[in-house]
Parts: sequence; structure tokens; C-alpha cells
Amino acid sequence: MAEVSTARRGVNARSRRRLNVVRGVIFVVLGLFFLVPLYSMAEFTTRGAGAQAHRSLDAWRAIVSYPDLTRALLISLELAAITSIALLALLLPTLVWVRLRLPRLRRVIEFLCLLPLAIPAIVLVVGLAPIYLWVTYFFGDSSLTLAFAYAVLVLPYASRALDAGLSAIDVATLSEAARSLGAGWPTVIFRVIVPNMSGALLNAGLLSVALVLGEFTIASLLNYTNLQVAINMLGRENAGVSIAVALGSLLFAFVLLVAISVVGARRHGARTVEEG
Amino acid sequence: MSWLGAVPFLSYVFLFLLLPTGIVVFGAFAGTGGPTMANVKALGDGYVVDAFVHSFVLSAVSALIGAVVGGLLAYAIATGKKDGLLRRVSTSACGVLAQFGGVTLAFAFIATIGGEGFITVWLRTHGLDIYANGVWLYQLNGLTLVYTYFQIPLMVLVFLPALDGIRPQWREAASSLGGSTWEYWRHVAIPLLTPAFLGATLLLFANAFSAYATAAALINQGGIIVPLQISTALSSEVILGRENFGKALALGMIVVVTVVMSLYALLQRRAARWLK
Repeated sequence: MAEVSTARRGVNARSRRRLNVVRGVIFVVLGLFFLVPLYSMAEFTTRGAGAQAHRSLDAWRAIVSYPDLTRALLISLELAAITSIALLALLLPTLVWVRLRLPRLRRVIEFLCLLPLAIPAIVLVVGLAPIYLWVTYFFGDSSLTLAFAYAVLVLPYASRALDAGLSAIDVATLSEAARSLGAGWPTVIFRVIVPNMSGALLNAGLLSVALVLGEFTIASLLNYTNLQVAINMLGRENAGVSIAVALGSLLFAFVLLVAISVVGARRHGARTVEEG
Repeated sequence: MSWLGAVPFLSYVFLFLLLPTGIVVFGAFAGTGGPTMANVKALGDGYVVDAFVHSFVLSAVSALIGAVVGGLLAYAIATGKKDGLLRRVSTSACGVLAQFGGVTLAFAFIATIGGEGFITVWLRTHGLDIYANGVWLYQLNGLTLVYTYFQIPLMVLVFLPALDGIRPQWREAASSLGGSTWEYWRHVAIPLLTPAFLGATLLLFANAFSAYATAAALINQGGIIVPLQISTALSSEVILGRENFGKALALGMIVVVTVVMSLYALLQRRAARWLK
């Protein structure tokens, strides 16, 4: 018996070693596939003029000399802030209310929140074009009106994050306790529920910011300017600078999304609750 | 009166999600003088059929490559340490890269294998011209390669939970009954993973089919895929009697994406039976 089991362990060890070699090859090859384009962007934006020129940061320095670009960056940042705050303000009370008072509507709301996943942005923009004639009529033609459309794009991701946060706390008991102590609904939402799910709110907000900063389709086809539209326009004029901005915005999104996963990991460690 | 609490959310979703979708669906059948089939019939034109075929091939090929390569990467991750650094880094990297689309991605590949890209130049100095037979980056082949860049990470995100659901006890059970590694894969693992794998592939297909920004930034003229055709239909002069042609194209996309996503939901349910 002992011999058999050692032999068996030998086979296992050998197959484990072989597996590790295969894993190593997969990680190295795919790591290169994903890292080389990022490195190439950095290389491309630090090329000096001429064949034998030294590395230079001219393309990065030139970013500020394109006022259209900085204006577009500012618009995208404002849009990100407006979209995430407005969506959270609309979505969180609704989700809480539906959980407590309208359980029959829960399926409907869930379906509506996931629906944007089945309707591509390029399709949505076709139907939004006539609606935006009215939006322009009521709110003017500022690029910030894009927040109306962006909240729809973010809806599936934000609602999933919030739903996970709400499932982790006992909404019914918390709100009943607060109500029996005389709190109104605004107090319940802002002073009881919100502080108890700050992680989920942050998660939803950061996801919205990352999504809005990368959005191109709707802005471009409704003839508004945001960061991505500006980068695309500049690409035809000065590839170096536009790739520098693209890399910059990518690194920013990367930092945001890593922050999300850190927040998520910490929350996951703190409580052992099931999450969606 | 408790349903009043859901009214703000429902009216927002109606105005910016359901109404635009309705405008697309009904608009596709609307003419200047009443209902018409002209727009939908125009989908049968040669160049439109070509665009749908191109979109289909692009989505299918990039989904298959993404599913196979991403599946391998997911397997390499799943067989590592559960809370190891490698796993944490690679899953957060996949989370970021799956979101990484649009203009930035197009520029990353222009900086890598564009005419003056890092790899192109490096290979050229070593006597290899990747564009000896013409520049393929700005065509369907190039687009397929660029799309795999976000398809592979998305596959990892979707497929990893299924791989994690495979319990080591099943393998032990198989080998204690005298089954070989091959028999374990043939009769246990592969049948269990197939629905999840097919479902993930469908999700990747829908993801590529809906993508617009990357293609728009990479390809400046000619609607070789459906989203680019929609953009042309929206922004160019309307042909008389075909004012709603863009809506018919968009309706075509909705139909394809809805069918694919329904199949996905079906397979997901099938997969969830075992892999909890």
C-alpha cells in the first residue's frame, strides 16, 4: 500500500510540475500580450523628433497647450461627478423603498436595471437623438446634459453594487428601529442606511466615474464634446499628444478600478456575507 | 400610496431607456406618410447584408478566440493559490482591461502595430515587415485582433466563478473509482463546464457585436460593420423615404443581441445547477 501511495504521489507531483510549466507559459505569453500595447503607448509618446533623437516628454508637456482638450477633460470630470451623484440619489432611495414597501415591484425594477446591458449604446443613441432635441429645449445645449444618458449606461453596474450592499445589511430592521424612534424617511436613508453601506456606495460611484470617463459613443453621435471625443479629434492632428492623454486617462481609470477592488476586498474581509 | 415612491425612478427610466428603445422599434416601421416596410426592407441591400455578415464574423471570431484563450488563462488562475498575489493581481487586471475599450484601445494598438508603432518599427529594423501585404490593422482582421484585447479579460471574469465551482472532491471521487485524469475531464469536468463556457462565449459575442467606439476610432471611413453603418445613417444626409433607416439598423442589432442574451440567460441557468 505504502509503495502504491508514494508512486501515486510521484505521479501527482510530476503532473503538478507539468501544470505549473503550462501555467507559467500562459501567464508570460498573455502578460506580454496585455503589457506590450501599454508599453508601446509610453514609448510612442516619449519619442523625440528625428530618427536618433533622445527620449522627450514634449508630447506630455504639450497637453496643456490644447485648450479644447483641457476643457473636454473638465467636462468629462464634471459629467462623472454629476452622473454618479444623481444616479445614486435616484437609485438608492428607490431600491430601499421597493425592498420595504413594494416587494411586488422588485422583479420589474431589477429587470429595468439590467435592461441597458441588452441595449447597446449605439442603439440607444438612435432613440435618444429625438429625445435630446427636447433636452436641449429645456436644459440648453451644454455637454453636461449627457448625464441623463450616462446614468442609463451606468444603471446595471450601480444597481448591482447597491443591491449587494443592501443585501448585506438588514434594511427592514434598521429602518423600523429608526422609524419607531421618530425618524422620517430622509433620516432613515441618509443617517441610517447610507452610513451602513458606504463601501457599496463608493463602489457604485467609482464604477460610474470610470465608465463616464471612457464614454465615446453617445457623446460623439449626439455631437457633444467629452474627453474621448476630444482625444479622437486630436488623434488626426497630433498622434503623440492624443496618445499621451489616452494613456493618462487610462492610468487614471486603472487607479480608480484598483481602488474599487481594494474597497471590495476589504468589505469582503470585514463581513462574511454573500454578495451578488 | 406607497407606489408613489417608485415614480421618480420609473419616470426617468421611461424617458431615457424605454422611450428611446420604443422610438427605435416603432420608428423602424414609420415613414413620412404612415407605416412602411421600406426601412426594414432596405436591410436586405447588399452593403447592409455585408455589414451584418462582417459584424457577425468579427463578433464570432473574437468571441471564440477570447473564450478559448481567456478560458485557458482562467484555468491557470483557478489552479493557483486561492488568495495568492498572482490571482489577486490578475483578476483586478482583468477587471480593468475588460472595461478598457473605445478610443484609448484603438490608440494603444496604433502605437503598437500602427504604421509607426513600436512593434512595427522594431520588426522592421530586424527585416520583417508585418504590412508587406497591405495595412490590415484598419480592416476587419485588425479589428478582430484589437477586440481580443478586451474579450480575453472579460472571459476570465465570467468563466472563473464556474472553474472555482469545480470541487476537488469530484476529482478525488473519480480517481478513487479508478478514473484517469482524461476520464475525469471527459466525463465530469467538461460536461459540467460546457454550459458555462458556451454562455460566456455568447456574452462575449454580444459584447463585440455592440462595440462601437474602438471601430470608430480605428476606421475612419466606410461602414464595414453595423455600428459604423448606424453612425453613417445618423450623421449623413438622409435619403428621401429612408429617414428612419438608422432605426431599422438599430432594430436589427436589438434582435441579434436579444436572441444572444436570451440564450446566454438560458445557459447560465443550466450552468448554475451544479456550479454554485
